[in-house]
Amino acid sequence: MSEATQHPHIDVKEFHPRAHEALHNPQIRQNFRKAMDGLMSKRKAAFEGWDLETLRELGANVRLRALANLPDLLEQLEQKLTENGIKVHWALDGDEACRIVRDICVARDAKTVIKGKSMVSEEMELNHFLEREGIEALESDLGEYIVQLANETPSHIIMPAIHKNTGEISELMHEKTGTDLSHDVEYLTAAARQQLREKFMNADVGVSGVNFAVAETGTLCLVENEGNGRMTTTVPRCHIAVTGIEKVVPNLEDVSALLALLTRSATGQHITTYFNMISGPRKADELDGPEEVHLVLVDNGRSSIYQDDELLDTLRCIRCGACMNHCPVYTRVGGHTYGTTYPGPIGKILMPHLIGLDEGRHLPSASSLCGACGEVCPVKIPIPDLLVRLRRESVDGDKLHPAKVRGHGSKRTPLEAAIWKCWSWMHSRPGLYRTGTRLASRFRKLQPGRAGAWTDFRTAPKLAGKTLHEQLRERGK
Amino acid sequence: MSSRETILQRLRNRTGGELVAPVSDFSVLERPNWSTEERIERFERTIESVHGEVHRCTRENWIDRVAEILSARKARNLLISSQHQIGRELRAVAERDDLPNLLIYDEPIDSWQPALFNDVDAGITSTRGGIAETGSLILWPTPDEPRLMSLVPPIHIAVLEASKLYTTLYEAMHAQNWKTGMPTNALLISGPSKTADIEQTLAYGVHGPKELIVLVIE
Repeated sequence: MSEATQHPHIDVKEFHPRAHEALHNPQIRQNFRKAMDGLMSKRKAAFEGWDLETLRELGANVRLRALANLPDLLEQLEQKLTENGIKVHWALDGDEACRIVRDICVARDAKTVIKGKSMVSEEMELNHFLEREGIEALESDLGEYIVQLANETPSHIIMPAIHKNTGEISELMHEKTGTDLSHDVEYLTAAARQQLREKFMNADVGVSGVNFAVAETGTLCLVENEGNGRMTTTVPRCHIAVTGIEKVVPNLEDVSALLALLTRSATGQHITTYFNMISGPRKADELDGPEEVHLVLVDNGRSSIYQDDELLDTLRCIRCGACMNHCPVYTRVGGHTYGTTYPGPIGKILMPHLIGLDEGRHLPSASSLCGACGEVCPVKIPIPDLLVRLRRESVDGDKLHPAKVRGHGSKRTPLEAAIWKCWSWMHSRPGLYRTGTRLASRFRKLQPGRAGAWTDFRTAPKLAGKTLHEQLRERGK
Repeated sequence: MSSRETILQRLRNRTGGELVAPVSDFSVLERPNWSTEERIERFERTIESVHGEVHRCTRENWIDRVAEILSARKARNLLISSQHQIGRELRAVAERDDLPNLLIYDEPIDSWQPALFNDVDAGITSTRGGIAETGSLILWPTPDEPRLMSLVPPIHIAVLEASKLYTTLYEAMHAQNWKTGMPTNALLISGPSKTADIEQTLAYGVHGPKELIVLVIE
């Protein structure tokens, strides 16, 4: 393992003990419950008066159309961006993307990087990579800034510091930056503004993510409320945008559909304060803006997801976070329990591809399959179906559809496999089946009262005194 | 093989076979044709709901409004463009007592960045139009009205011609034919800078302007 792939993440395999811990932490539960309740009702209000089903249909359709032509669109995007003066780089994985960013920094003799919010850069673990290379990387989104001060990772893809309350943030800022202890959010925000303004002025490079990359015009679109994204992409002399290869859309009008869905689904806003469309570096006669703009297109497992018709739907995601806001599991255990870059339902279907189904084997089963995520997804990703698909792959449970995801079969145990083999053997022999079920119902008193973890919170199911066949026969008389 | 070729080849040689692109029907984004008055009202309501301020004025009295707004806030200065009509009209009455000191953005930022960040109280820009449905301003920064004018000063005043107020983003981008060529930077601005990152509590002016004031010229 190269140094770049070592990361500070909590071990993803420790999902269960962490979930247990989080469930017994009233503060965490209260922080998430309050925030998620608010987000759910805001989303609902924001779509009032809309034909939401038709809009979601359009959103799904726009994303599918983009994915259907993905390689052509990426080439068109590259060509347009190049014409516009933006340099395009391609990275197979997070490490290569980190090295590309580093090389750009080194070529400019850059020592400080200011960052706008980017989940792909979290995926790349860019901050830690740059730090090891002697380049300071500072987050400028307020939530990300707080999370970085606490030396943590984001617990939500839209609201990174949602797990903390004002008191905890006040203490953190007091300890790390010397601000007064105060519950006044205005004061804390103003203090952060002052601290970060200095940093913007002195940063050598700005790194941002991308919400949509438009192929027809060569335009990078960024959605934000704070203005730190605009600062990051405008003030430093060099701007580097990093994005997953799936973020490209063919036309500008596609953006109008996705934007209408994204902000309403995410935070219940009709639109964010800033929608920033970048199509080139500063021109000779312009007075501000970066003199150099780069785009790093990151694959990191996406081209593997792309191969399979069903898994492909994962790539429609526009990262609104509505699935986690509506997830009963996420709301109770919080984002850090997952131990992955992307938490919640989208994380459960995306992360197994990025880290392997062996490493992430607990993720697809951390769900009650209630279906809320699929119902609210603005681009109609069938998340519950994908969870079931990944569960099946994790036990290699379908001979007709061979498993494809890296690390599949990691949850298969010989005992379970043997039990199901017997089950299917018995069920394909009617005589045996009848004898077996009759015997089981006759000896039902011998049935154990406990069945492992299942009966911790539930009563064990009881066999009926007569088999279904017997009961039906009696009724027919 | 380069990473670029590897990625493109993997995508092209998809094991699941070729994908069929569906046709998209955008009619769900279309709105009935609102009158200018309806559009102004909707714009006003929406942008005010996110803490923006709207003043309806005319070509004759907009400078009076600027003067009132800025004196009420005790602004020491106002950043203006050098060529645009807004900048020129303001410069023509620079002597007025009720107007603050006028600063012209006509030097590359590199030479005066600390002054812009620390000493400028307000900036005024034109807009390319507005969007009623979302309460958004369309800004295409130019060499004459650079990007940072609408971002760094704590007060941003934007001048919007009522006739350039569209109903939706979808309508605006088609009416102005954006796809034939985008500027280096284009923006939709829909309120002052804000954050809810501390316990979902709204706070304004986190990185950009604390106040967004729109003058709708009718």
